[in-house]
Amino acid sequence: MDSLNAIVLLSNYVFIPSLVYGSQLALGALGVTIVFGIMRFANFAHGEMMSFATVSTIFITWWFQSIGFTTGILPTALLALPFGILITGLLVWAIERSVFSYYRQRKSKPVIFVIASVGVMFMLNGVVRLFIGTDEIIFMDGLKFLIKAGEFKKWSGLKEGLALKQTQVLTVLLAILAVSWLFWFLQKTKMGKAMRAFSDNEDLALLSGVDPEKVVRTTWFISAVLITLAGVLYGLDKSYKPLIYFHLLLPIFAAAIVGGIGQPLGAILGGYIVAFSEVTTTYAFKKFLRYLGPEGWSPEGLVQLLSTEYKFAVSFLILVLVLLIRPTGLFKGRVL
Amino acid sequence: MALLLGIVGATQSWNVSLAILNLCLISAVMSLGLNIQWGYAGLFNAGVMASTALGGLAAVLVSYSPVGEAWAVGGLDTGLAFITLVSTVLGAWLIRKKVPEGSIRRVIFFVWLLGGYALLRHFYEQASLSIEAVDPAQTGFLGGLGLPILISWIAGGATAAGLAWVVGRVALGLRSDYFAIATLGISEIMISILKNEDWLTRGVKNVTGLERPVPYEVDLQQSQWFIDLVIRLHSADPNQVSEEFFQEMVMSASGVFVKLCYSGFFLTVLLVILGLAALALNSPWGRMMRAIRDNEIAAAAMGKDVTNRHRQVFILGSAVIGVAGAMLTTLDGQFTPGSYIPLRFTFLIWVMVIIGGSGNNLGAVLGAFITWFTWIEAEPVALWLVENLNSFLSEQNPLRQHFINVAPHLRMVVMGLIMILVLRFRPAGILPEKNTNRTD
Repeated sequence: MDSLNAIVLLSNYVFIPSLVYGSQLALGALGVTIVFGIMRFANFAHGEMMSFATVSTIFITWWFQSIGFTTGILPTALLALPFGILITGLLVWAIERSVFSYYRQRKSKPVIFVIASVGVMFMLNGVVRLFIGTDEIIFMDGLKFLIKAGEFKKWSGLKEGLALKQTQVLTVLLAILAVSWLFWFLQKTKMGKAMRAFSDNEDLALLSGVDPEKVVRTTWFISAVLITLAGVLYGLDKSYKPLIYFHLLLPIFAAAIVGGIGQPLGAILGGYIVAFSEVTTTYAFKKFLRYLGPEGWSPEGLVQLLSTEYKFAVSFLILVLVLLIRPTGLFKGRVL
Repeated sequence: MALLLGIVGATQSWNVSLAILNLCLISAVMSLGLNIQWGYAGLFNAGVMASTALGGLAAVLVSYSPVGEAWAVGGLDTGLAFITLVSTVLGAWLIRKKVPEGSIRRVIFFVWLLGGYALLRHFYEQASLSIEAVDPAQTGFLGGLGLPILISWIAGGATAAGLAWVVGRVALGLRSDYFAIATLGISEIMISILKNEDWLTRGVKNVTGLERPVPYEVDLQQSQWFIDLVIRLHSADPNQVSEEFFQEMVMSASGVFVKLCYSGFFLTVLLVILGLAALALNSPWGRMMRAIRDNEIAAAAMGKDVTNRHRQVFILGSAVIGVAGAMLTTLDGQFTPGSYIPLRFTFLIWVMVIIGGSGNNLGAVLGAFITWFTWIEAEPVALWLVENLNSFLSEQNPLRQHFINVAPHLRMVVMGLIMILVLRFRPAGILPEKNTNRTD
């Protein structure tokens, strides 16, 4: 019984949250990685793009709510998602046309792209705040919990409760859906193959008649889909705060690099590695060990590797370690 | 620039104008530091904030008077923790040096580190708990050395240089955008350490009331020589104007006087660093740095040690930024770890360097002045715009209120726009670098 309690405790506080957070990071890291694979630069504006995507989805959600276009059980934001993707796609395309395409034609160094993306980051940051201000916004509606902690306790007779939020299930499901679609697209369709060819050897791809403009356009659109998904799912699960999205950039970069930047599989794995290590290193295992240990025994201290304040620092620590030991990330070699 | 500051002085107040000038001077030192890294050597350092914050920490640790009680209760454990840390690192280094490579070494290494960490954690927890318990509302940290705060400007440079050495060991040699991400990450780690290690920095409780290198306004208002000075400058007779008006005059004059003192200090530092930077840039060393930046492979073929030069220039630049960080904390009179955010302390400095002209020291200074001025003055201008554009909306209209609330964020948009436009249409900046073979 005690070991069951321990398992439930751990899945409630460690496993499920990390799985959900990891899925959100994986979606974000996939967006970074796919842009990197084609255009060869790390997009510093990624976090702000996620923020913008979430804000546009929030506005459409509010509009839907005001005209009563809701489902009742599922969050309204899910209905607004396609429109959010569309708006984000348009924005990203506009940025590409007005900022990045110039440098690509001139074949500038990657670092110039990075600086340009810092400029974009500033602008988007300002634009988002101009529209929505800086307050925290909760735009989740519909059914909140699929399993409530109290009901679970009653049903199972265990001391520990297990809660499952709808957003958590949605996040994991949508992430699986998006990732499988992406892999199918990259492996099976003509455009996906062209993208992989372009990423592998640009000159050869151009010689074989791959249209670079089309490849770039598709890449940005895919990244817009991933950006919106990641941003909205994170916002639904926690809440929307403009500042948080800037901070998300760093774990996302960490995830992309840990897996090997430019590697979609690596990005997913990296997302989960970062999320699980963030949660496990800052979780206090005291209660967990008490269940497993002999009756009446309790470990001294909290049995916590790092205090919770260092949650964000863990991802950088992993990042630095990976850069030190294996700069190419877990997967190396051909990208995309 | 002087004209712009003059306009602000005449329309808003001289106090505001000088406050902007002081931060312009500090920003100029920061952007000089970044220019040494980016303009001379092409290093994309996204961790400017870490150097700034460490400079600020140095200001606290040098100038704050030591908290005797905290040392009494936690000093021993702190010392033990420190010894453990040093011996763990030394031991790890020895193991790597002496024990032959293989699985045995790996096991010993791992066990040694784990043991060291456990012991460190033990002492550290005791120390931090007991120190933080000492009068937490007032102190709750170890305090500093109680030395004059001006020394901390040098100490700030030294601490930042020390961190840069470590970062350089870790991150230099990575390709440019990896380096950027790594430095960004390290700077965030630094900030979270400063925010959470209360025994060292008081964390988010902030350290206030740092000693000032210049007189206090209140003292000035009391002293006769200052009042005489005000009378002479205004050529006013205190008997002719009302008592209140005269009081106000003395008050604003004391603010101006204090800010001018600061400006004097900052200007001296800026000129010294600017002079040194110009000398370095035109020396054989500067030519070598530019050669490495423009073509690393060719420079390496000529026998230049690229990684070592990069480390050198990275440390130098960080030290300069660290000095600026200590100056900033001195000016504020307080250390607030929570206020360090990357947009303001890393990327804004980048805007300065890009706008001013990478590789040109005067350009970096000019860029800092323009950028900081825009950053500060964009807010009143945006508010004024909003007021005028919205005049057709009624006072209570929620939309109007919203616009007034968000108007300050317009400066982000302006900054981003300026940066993108400069990068696109004048990539060399306002004052381009001379004699360059740069191709991008």
